[in-house]
Formats: sequence, C-alpha cells, structure tokens
Amino acid sequence: MRPFILGAVAYDPKVVTIWDGFKLYFEANGLSFDYVLFHNYERQVEAHFAGVIDVAWNSPLAWVQAQRIATRLGRRAQAVAMRDTDQDLTSVVLVRTEGPATIADLTGRRIGVGAMDSPQATLLPLLQLAERGLDVHPDHPNVVRHDVLVGKHGDHIGGEREAVRALLHGDVDAACIIDGNLAAFTQEGTVRAGALRVLATTPAYDHCNFTVLDGTATRPLTRFLALLHGMSWGEADTRRLMDLEGLKAWRPGRTTGYSALDRACTRFGTADAFVAQQVARG
Amino acid sequence: MTRRRVVDLTGARMDQGAALIVRHALADMGPGDEVRVVGDDASLVPTLRALARALGAPFTVEADGACVLGASTHPDGRRTGGMLVPTAPADHAHPRWGLAARGTLVEAGGPEFAFPLAEKRAVWTDELARLYAQAAAAQWDPATAIPWAEPRCDDDAVEAAVVQVMAYLVENETAALLVPARFCAQVHPHFREVLQLLAIQTADEARHIEVFTRRAGLEAPRGPGPAPMPPLSTVGGQTSLKSLVDEPDFALASFLLSVLGEGSFLSLLRFLDRYAPDAVTRAVARLAAQDEARHVAFGLAHLERQTALDPSLRPQLAAAVHARHDALAHTAGLNAEVFDALVLIAGHQPNRPAWDPVGIATGWNAVQELIAEMDAGRQVRLRRLGFSGAEAAALSALHTRNFM
Ligand SMILES: [Fe+2]
Ligand SMILES: [Fe+2]
Repeated sequence: MRPFILGAVAYDPKVVTIWDGFKLYFEANGLSFDYVLFHNYERQVEAHFAGVIDVAWNSPLAWVQAQRIATRLGRRAQAVAMRDTDQDLTSVVLVRTEGPATIADLTGRRIGVGAMDSPQATLLPLLQLAERGLDVHPDHPNVVRHDVLVGKHGDHIGGEREAVRALLHGDVDAACIIDGNLAAFTQEGTVRAGALRVLATTPAYDHCNFTVLDGTATRPLTRFLALLHGMSWGEADTRRLMDLEGLKAWRPGRTTGYSALDRACTRFGTADAFVAQQVARG
Repeated sequence: MTRRRVVDLTGARMDQGAALIVRHALADMGPGDEVRVVGDDASLVPTLRALARALGAPFTVEADGACVLGASTHPDGRRTGGMLVPTAPADHAHPRWGLAARGTLVEAGGPEFAFPLAEKRAVWTDELARLYAQAAAAQWDPATAIPWAEPRCDDDAVEAAVVQVMAYLVENETAALLVPARFCAQVHPHFREVLQLLAIQTADEARHIEVFTRRAGLEAPRGPGPAPMPPLSTVGGQTSLKSLVDEPDFALASFLLSVLGEGSFLSLLRFLDRYAPDAVTRAVARLAAQDEARHVAFGLAHLERQTALDPSLRPQLAAAVHARHDALAHTAGLNAEVFDALVLIAGHQPNRPAWDPVGIATGWNAVQELIAEMDAGRQVRLRRLGFSGAEAAALSALHTRNFM
C-alpha cells in the first residue's frame, strides 16, 4: 500500500531536515509516510490535483489557487491543519521616519514590495493600500518588486530584506513586510533604531495550511492529524521539529483568514492564468 | 486569581528593544494572567503581535489600541527535561553536557559531543586550581623579561654550541606543545580546570619555542661572509620525540612527557642557567625552567591520583617505558653534537680557549653530574607514583638518552 504522501516546497535547504525529521516521527508512530519536495507551489498544486500527493503544505496563495481550481472542477479543497504561528499575521507598510505621513501621500511614490507572488510582502499590503484609495497593483510602474525566488510565494525572507534595504537606501519610499520581520530586521541590524516608521498595518490574515482534496483516504489522514496534534513543545524530540518549522502548537485548519488574499487575487488577477490552465487540463 | 498587569510604553521605541519589557512582564505570569500594553509607537501593535505569536501567547488589540497579551499556554520546554550540570566536577561527564558551564541547565534534545576523556579519574587532580592560578600569575613577556641586548659569548665555538643546544631545545619544546594541545581537545570541557591548565601549558611552550629560536638567531638575517654550519636535527632526536607525539593515551603520554621528559629537562634548563656563557641564554633557561616545574607538577599530581585509584595503571606505565626503550633501541639517543655542546658550554672559562683540556674536563664532569641528577630526579618522581626503589632505578635507566 502506498504511504501517506505530503508535498512541500523547497524554499530553503532546511526543508529536507524538517521533513526527514517528520518522516521519522510519523513512522515511529505507525504512520507510513513519505514526502515529495517541489521547486514551486504551482507544481505542487498541479501534482496535488493529479493525485501525486495526499496532503499539500500550502502557502496561502497556493491555498487560494487550489480552492479556486477545486471549485471550478466541482471538487472540494479543505484546510485541515495549520501552525499556531500561521494565524493572525499582519503586514506593515514602512516608510522612512521623515517620509510620507499618510497613505494618500504615497501617490506617485515608489513602493518596494517582495516577490510578485508573496501574499505577505506584496499582495496583502498592496490590497490594503488599494482599498484605502491608492492607485496601486503588483504591476504598477511605481511598485518595485523584489522577485527573490518566484514560485516560493514569498516563503524566502530575501525579498522582504531587499525591499527594506531599498527603502533605507532611498531607492523606494515605502516597503512592505510581514510584522515578524520588522522586529527581526531591527534585531539583526538591517534597520537602525529611529530610521523607519510604520505607516499602515493590514488586518490580520492567516498563512500556510495543510490542504487535502476530496477523496483523500480518511484513516491515514486522521492518523496524520492526530500525530501532528500530539506533538508537544514541552518534549525535546518533537520540540526540535517544531522549532525548525516555527511553531509551538498545531491548530485545526480554518479558512476565515484567507478572505483578504482572495480579494487581492480577484482584484489583481494574480491566480487567474494558473487556475484557468489547471482547469483546462481537468 | 488572575492578574492584569499594565505596561506603559509611552515614549519607548519598539526599534530600541521595548519588546524586552513586555517579555519580562510575561515571564512570571501564571495561566489566565494578562499584560496590557499601552504606548505611542506606531509599530507597537505589529511588533507585539509577532512577539505573542512567537511565544505562543494569546493576543488581542483593544478598542483604544492597547495590546493585551496572555500567558503562554505552553510549558517552558527549554527548561523541562533538561540536564543540570553539577557545580562540582562529576565522576563522568555526559556527552550532552557538551560545552555548557558547570551549574547550568542544558536544554534537552541537544547534540552529543564525543570527548574521549570524560572520566574524572582519567584527568583530575585536586592540584589543578592551584597550578592554574600559579601559571596564570607567572606568565612572562618574552619581549621584556629577557635582556636581549646583552652581548653573546665572543668565543665562536662556544656560541655555536649554544646555538646547537637552542635548536635541540626548540624541537623538544615543539613536542611538548603538541602533546598537551592534542589532549586539550579530547578532555570533556566539564573538567574546565584541566582544559585551562593544558591550554596555558601549551602557551608556555609557545613562549619557550619563541625565546629559544630567537636566542639561536637561526632565522636572523645573515651578514656577509661564510654562513656558519647549521645545527643538526638528528634521526635519534626526532624519532624519540615522535614516539611522544604519537602516544595516543593521555596517562601514558603525560607520564612519558611530563614526569620523565620534562622532569629531565628541568635539570637541563637549570644546568644552562648555571653554565651558559651569556645573560640571554641564562635568562631563557631560567624562565623556561619555572614553567617546566609546573608542567612536571601537574603530570605528577594527576598520575599520582590516578595510580592511587587504579593500581593497575602502574604496570602499564612501566610497560610504556619498556616499549619506548625498545622502539628507540636502534637509534643513537642524544646526538653527539648536543652532548659535546653541553660539555663546551659548561667547561668554558672567560679568557680561555674553548678547547682547553682543563675546560673540557670540567665540562665533562658537569655533564656527568647533569646526567646523574636527571636520573636521580626521575627516580624520585617514579617513587612518588608508587614504584619501588628498584623499579624506579630500572625504569629511569631505560628512559630515552635524548632526555625528553
Ligand atoms: Fe617547555
Ligand atoms: Fe613543558
């Protein structure tokens, strides 16, 4: 019988360490498990619909893509689990301390964002600015993208760091990053104290989730989820894996935190071509 | 009863560490307790939201913009299931204690270090702290402790003898550096005093190499005229030292090097301090001898304790002397150049030629006394390790004729 197969995107070499560790943990606890790494989320979503994998560790954009393809094909996508740290994130729009005072002041200014497919550093903050009246979208001439590792949906921190550096150098007038990186960039010294100011903050949104499609075998999925929820940050063996993956506890999946990204995709047409192509393939 | 604490960060900047104040307030909170944070920095909310997420703490923003953080619902994993490293040296140091200081809590799940010397009995002596303190206090600066400007001996033959002896000392000091350096990396750092002592001993040897090299002038720029004959590094000398450098066992290596070798060297350095024709040579020998006395004291103290705990070590030490003797039996021992040089140095009288028969006879007798003194010293130290008088005499006689 084929093992329960997970798909994940290799955005960093540590992904191998992470899923090798999870594989050992799952198999030591009686779940026959394997994983496949993809170069980018589009190939992962495609493979998921082709039945190559049973569960996909999806970025929020990959979730929106999968959810839209499923709807169009009359199938059903479900978010079954996520990290505690995937819930209630925000992104911030940073300016230099002496820079624009309001969102309207950004008119005609250059806005540094992350990769074109980054929900946190591009799509969600641009949606926030657009919904508050600024004429802006990912392909707007005033938007300066930092397309580090396109296809990884912004999982790589590099695009956000480049956006902040461009802001500090004066190459752009605003930079969009996830809230956690604000503290991280300050602590690592990329951002000097007093240099930058938060101009706007997005509403809270959710990040990655484990996605399954209709027809996934119930028993291994139930076991997979039970083993995830059985991990404890208080135990050294599982804490090592949780620290690598950046969480303290697994949570049941929820999809309420993706509505803003869904609006952004509609407004900017971000997922359209890919979804149409996948639907055409059936 | 749940508590609600208020932290007012008005005027405090999030990009200057204000989140630390919140983390500190969260640290002693119980389940259900809350911290309400108010402030006027625009990055207060996103920064604290990210902090709460990273800590696994509940987070809400109130209508007035204040942030409320709850106590983390997770046990402090880094402090549960860890290992507390004893404050006093343990009998066996655990591989997972790794590099941690004594008295610290080592988080569970960390790496294991493979330090081969992890048993207290194999490395410890109660003298360690005293010897280390002494060594740290006795570090001398080669640049200022030696009267480098004092003149050399004006007799070319005696000067050449000094250079030959210095070259011989350098190769011996190099062996004396390599051996503790190698074991320093093998001792479990839990026994930090052992590490420190071996490290400072290595630093002592580094200075010895420096001052003997400088006194020999081997690397000094040459003036015009024919180059003097270079001093010789012999097969016998290097083979003898190689057997020390190659010895894989800490107890055996420190026995052969410190108790027997450096013990003998102590006599040699005192001999040079007494007979050398110039102030520089006398000073380098005297300062090196001070250090060597500590090296011998450590080797002796550590083996005294170890042989007392494990009497079966004694026959192993004796066997090591036999094995080294057999391995070196086909070599020449102390090279004739060094022996002759010592005779020349000890016999030299100012205003008398180097090869004067009276001087040679005096020097010869002095070297015979040196060899007898080395033998007597080795026997005393062997008896301290519990060997009988007869055993000590027999083993001392088998010690390498190369002194070290
Ligand atoms: Fe030395
Ligand atoms: Fe020494």
